[in-house]
Amino acid sequence: MTSLGITPSQTVGPFLRIGLTWPEGEQVVPEGTPGAVVITGCLYDGTGEPVNDGVIETWQADANGRFTHPDDPRGTADPEPAGFRGLGRSETDDNGRYRIVTVKPGRLPAPGGQVQASHIDVSVFARGLLDRVVTRIYFPDEATANAADPVLSAIDDDRLRSTLVAVPDAGQDGPLQFDIHLRFDIHLQGEHETAFFDV
Amino acid sequence: MHPPLQSPDYRSTLTRAPALAPIVLPHMLTELTGPLLGNGPLAPYDNDLTMQHSGEAIGQRIIVHGKVLDAHGRPIPDALVEIWQANAAGRYRHHVDNWRAPLDPNFTGGGRAVTRADGSYEFTTIKPGAYPWKNNPNAWRPAHIHFSLFGRAFVQRLVTQMYFPDDPLFFQDPIFNSVRDEKARQRMISTYDHESTKEEWALAFRFDIVLRGRDATPFEQKP
Repeated sequence: MTSLGITPSQTVGPFLRIGLTWPEGEQVVPEGTPGAVVITGCLYDGTGEPVNDGVIETWQADANGRFTHPDDPRGTADPEPAGFRGLGRSETDDNGRYRIVTVKPGRLPAPGGQVQASHIDVSVFARGLLDRVVTRIYFPDEATANAADPVLSAIDDDRLRSTLVAVPDAGQDGPLQFDIHLRFDIHLQGEHETAFFDV
Repeated sequence: MHPPLQSPDYRSTLTRAPALAPIVLPHMLTELTGPLLGNGPLAPYDNDLTMQHSGEAIGQRIIVHGKVLDAHGRPIPDALVEIWQANAAGRYRHHVDNWRAPLDPNFTGGGRAVTRADGSYEFTTIKPGAYPWKNNPNAWRPAHIHFSLFGRAFVQRLVTQMYFPDDPLFFQDPIFNSVRDEKARQRMISTYDHESTKEEWALAFRFDIVLRGRDATPFEQKP
């Protein structure tokens, strides 16, 4: 089979707002969905300054752990809840903050009969990043599942592993009907550097 | 292949590129699936950036087209392609860009298209101008169009920049040259495509985009 050289990545630069936005991009589920999880956080650079020209994208299974995708060998299923679209996209604002409205994804199978804890894959794009960086959001109320997760449990460094677990948030920037508010800050560099993945 | 995140000649990387080595993430279901946006939020003229306003955009009208393929040469249909760019004078319609070049009220600089069954896409736009930036004294970005692609799987996500052939500014651009491999750099440069020009209307450039394969098996380790 032919093998073509892949096109290299380049930075999104500082003007991504012109091309990488769409209405309601942060809504993986519609605002007001019962049981929704609102994840907010700040993107920081290595000096602790907020990154105000980045974009955060999320991709995840639905509440039942299913994907509406032909490459899921378990077959496709109607998304749960209705209106779920899997992808989230949020620009960071002047204070470096992003916001995603979603639901906790179901657990997923892993090879060898293992089970992956509920998780969200995250891509971070910004000026100064020549390629995206990838991380994962895990959930703080899933301690047992997190301990058995093949990705999390493979990280020996306690500090680094803890960067992948969101923390409960008082939740001041969303309607009160949401059940769960989480905070997930992302540190690109420095003593609090987030764990990033090579995909 | 991809540029190293730590590329000090591009100054913004100094405080933003992670310092720790990334952890290898085995490809499992979340990584091997991705958003299928073939029915995405397209509006009329999303793929014609010269016609998004009441008047005509100023500059050299061009067609930018090509195919989105995977590393095995297979076309990727129904893939969302998003682009953004400066206007003919090299100015972005963005509040942060305030260098002394004119804005064009009839040019926003953002576009979207979805690939056809054979992986092809096409935009009509204006050839963007080069522009100065403050990375180092008298630094100029070569003319480029930003491209964003989802492919079919999370692992295929790509954001890149398309350049124009024979740009005299390549030699001094740390972003273009952050890609260390000469052949890989060439893959970011479009080719002039006379066959696809439209007589009395537009020049044409071809830009094929190759995304990584998505046939990794779970827990397959990278070489």
